[in-house]
Amino acid sequence: MSDAIEVRALRKSFGRTRALDGLDLTVRTGEVHAYLGPNGAGKTTTIRILLGLLRADGGEARLLGGDPWHDAVPLHRRLAYVPGDVTLWPSLTGGEIIDLLGRLRGGLDDKRRQALIGRFDLDPTKKARAYSRGNRQKVALIAALASDAELLLLDEPTAGLDPLMEAAFRECVNDERRDSRTILLSSHILSEAEALSDRVTIIRDGRAVETGTLAEMRHLTRNLVDAELAGPVRLDGVPGVSDLEVQGNRVRCQVDHAALNDVLARLTAAGVRSLTCRPPTLEELFLRHYSSERPVAGARG
Amino acid sequence: MTVLARPGPTGTGLTGTGALARLAIRRDRIGLAAGVYVIVVAVTGTAYTFKKLYPTEAGRAALAATGGGNPALRFLYGRIDGDSIGSLTTWRYGIWAGIFAALMTIFVVIRHTRTDEEAGRLELVGSAAVGRQAALAAGLLTAVAASVLVSVLLCVALPLVGLPASGAAALGLAIGCCGLAFAGIAAVAAQLTSSARSARGIALGVLGVAFVLRGVGDSAGASGPSWLSWASPLAWIQLTRPFAGPRWWVLCLPLAVFGLGTALAFALAARRDLGAGLLPDRPGRATASRLLSGPFGLAWRLEWGTLLGWVTGYVFTFWACGAAAKGIGQLFGTSSALQREFTRIGGQAAITNAYLAALMLLAGLVAAGYATSTVLRLRSEETGELAEQVLATATGRIRWALSYIVVAVAGSVVLLAVAGAATGLGYGLRAGSVGHQVARLLGAAFAQLPATLAVAAVAVLLFGLWPDAAVPGAWTAVGLAVAIELFGQVLQLSHWILDISPFTHTPRLPGGAVTAAPLLWLGLVALGFTAVGLLGLARRDIG
Repeated sequence: MSDAIEVRALRKSFGRTRALDGLDLTVRTGEVHAYLGPNGAGKTTTIRILLGLLRADGGEARLLGGDPWHDAVPLHRRLAYVPGDVTLWPSLTGGEIIDLLGRLRGGLDDKRRQALIGRFDLDPTKKARAYSRGNRQKVALIAALASDAELLLLDEPTAGLDPLMEAAFRECVNDERRDSRTILLSSHILSEAEALSDRVTIIRDGRAVETGTLAEMRHLTRNLVDAELAGPVRLDGVPGVSDLEVQGNRVRCQVDHAALNDVLARLTAAGVRSLTCRPPTLEELFLRHYSSERPVAGARG
Repeated sequence: MTVLARPGPTGTGLTGTGALARLAIRRDRIGLAAGVYVIVVAVTGTAYTFKKLYPTEAGRAALAATGGGNPALRFLYGRIDGDSIGSLTTWRYGIWAGIFAALMTIFVVIRHTRTDEEAGRLELVGSAAVGRQAALAAGLLTAVAASVLVSVLLCVALPLVGLPASGAAALGLAIGCCGLAFAGIAAVAAQLTSSARSARGIALGVLGVAFVLRGVGDSAGASGPSWLSWASPLAWIQLTRPFAGPRWWVLCLPLAVFGLGTALAFALAARRDLGAGLLPDRPGRATASRLLSGPFGLAWRLEWGTLLGWVTGYVFTFWACGAAAKGIGQLFGTSSALQREFTRIGGQAAITNAYLAALMLLAGLVAAGYATSTVLRLRSEETGELAEQVLATATGRIRWALSYIVVAVAGSVVLLAVAGAATGLGYGLRAGSVGHQVARLLGAAFAQLPATLAVAAVAVLLFGLWPDAAVPGAWTAVGLAVAIELFGQVLQLSHWILDISPFTHTPRLPGGAVTAAPLLWLGLVALGFTAVGLLGLARRDIG
């Protein structure tokens, strides 16, 4: 089966600002793909090009096998979109907007609509102007999730939700995964991406700096070792060890996968009192790309 | 010293009012200046025109007798006390200047209170060292400043065109006080509902009721319920009798309304939560009706209320103006200069026809304003990021844009039909030939349709090609058409300039001759602009 989204060397500028600068992005059919980057990295621009709202300056974008600009209307029958900051027509009620958006997409599953309204605890009889930001977000989410779309494009969908509703959202995404829908989840909430996604793409300044499964990305990076020892150990100068901190008998460092065995052998030789060794969290991976200007080894663009 | 620089824990509910008022005046400086200018120039210009057209006392007395004797004109303009230039000016523009002043203060007060609150801007402001009632105070202060400016400028300008100073002061103060009264009413309305649109609706509704109440009272004559006028703040301007022995005490009435409204608004504001209104939000439908299922359903749902408001305004205005057409010839006959002009073009019947044709031209111009505002909703949906949600569904750009364009076209047709029918009924009922008048005035109104649509098509063209320029550009087009039609002949502009306005090419009906070619051309221009605009929309970025 072909990929749901294929983007190659995509470029888009607004005046002098370069929003996308040779972006590559592949979302396989049926996966939940987290699209990570801070504000202004180009996430929303990518989604707007995929929706055919913006025209790319260069590069190629394919969506569900079609061209997002030329085939916009037929493609939109097969997808649903939730914008990052949802605005709604103030004089319409939430229930009316859910139905309207569903009908505009070409149909809506009534049973699922009811279930989702219950799950997200939304009062559909309220006028949209009376909704808080989180409630507006819920309206757009329910409309998207209740549709029969093959592909969901969610732009920071939980930005306004409280923790309870965020949990409800995660449950919904897991249900969608079972229904084998494809989801592109743009976010800067890393715990959410870590919990939900099959694969991750990290974008910086309009370019993908890292992409792959979390396991792959971790494999390419270093483990964090924190040990309390019985006696001193010499680790500086050992290949594959970096960011070494020694305080008396306590040792902290980052260790390459290849060097892990060697380092553990040296630690046990010194006598281990306590030891934690863990792969970096997504947040640590993410921060590595943003805390330094240097391109990071192991990045695949 | 730093303690003095910032409001301490003793700050009151009004802390920060000054800063907010300065911000409000800064945000509104162009609109307020334009509003004040229009009111002052309209009143002063009217006085000047009367002075030029009616130099003799006999001519003025005849005009006062006809104008005061025609109930339909009394409904539109109010009562006449005396026949001095000042009295005629008060009759012709007193109430309408009051309406403009009221509109100005209503929009100012609601914009700086409920609109900001609904948009969440007050939340941001309120989290700073600003009292909870500062925004209300700042909005009222801005409205007071504008009203005072209107009064002061009128007090200065009217004597310059030769009116007595005491009358000028009375008229200027009466108009300013009318603005103040409606500022107080708007301040209360802003506390009642949680939506700025409804708050504006309530205040404008009060203004409409005030107009009708005094219209009925003023046109009733001695035997009718003329006391109704006393219930309307708009009538208080003429009841002050500025140029016929001013009754200064009448000015206490609008000031009392302002004072009571302000007090009530502050009391209500102190009791409610930020964002809440006193009138509860009624729950609506939990599911959408069958009608709300496509882009056309959505456009209709969002626009029908506005159209209803326009239709209501058209019915009343054109009914009254049509009824006033009976006997309009005598009105002009009282000025020898005007009489010569009108006999030259064909006497009494011709004067009536010219008046009716001017009404139909006005109906077309105002409908162009309606159609333009409806088309421009496309732009506000786009910048408000509502369009992208519709366009992310299986709705093409052209279909989305056409939904609003169709509403604009259909709405214009309805408005012109209402204008023709209401004028025909109003005039026909008094002249005694309803069927005939309705039929010929309907035709006259529809003859303006191609020009109305050509003006509105400019908005479509700009929206498709230069979206950033769409709003100012489209309104400039409407303004140009209005300016050319209203002042072009008077200013003796060259034909080249007059020809820019599409309304220069529509037939002056009833009375004039009809040729199909210009109407066809205008229709083609409207279609062409729309097509090019839509093509541009299909190719450009959204948002």
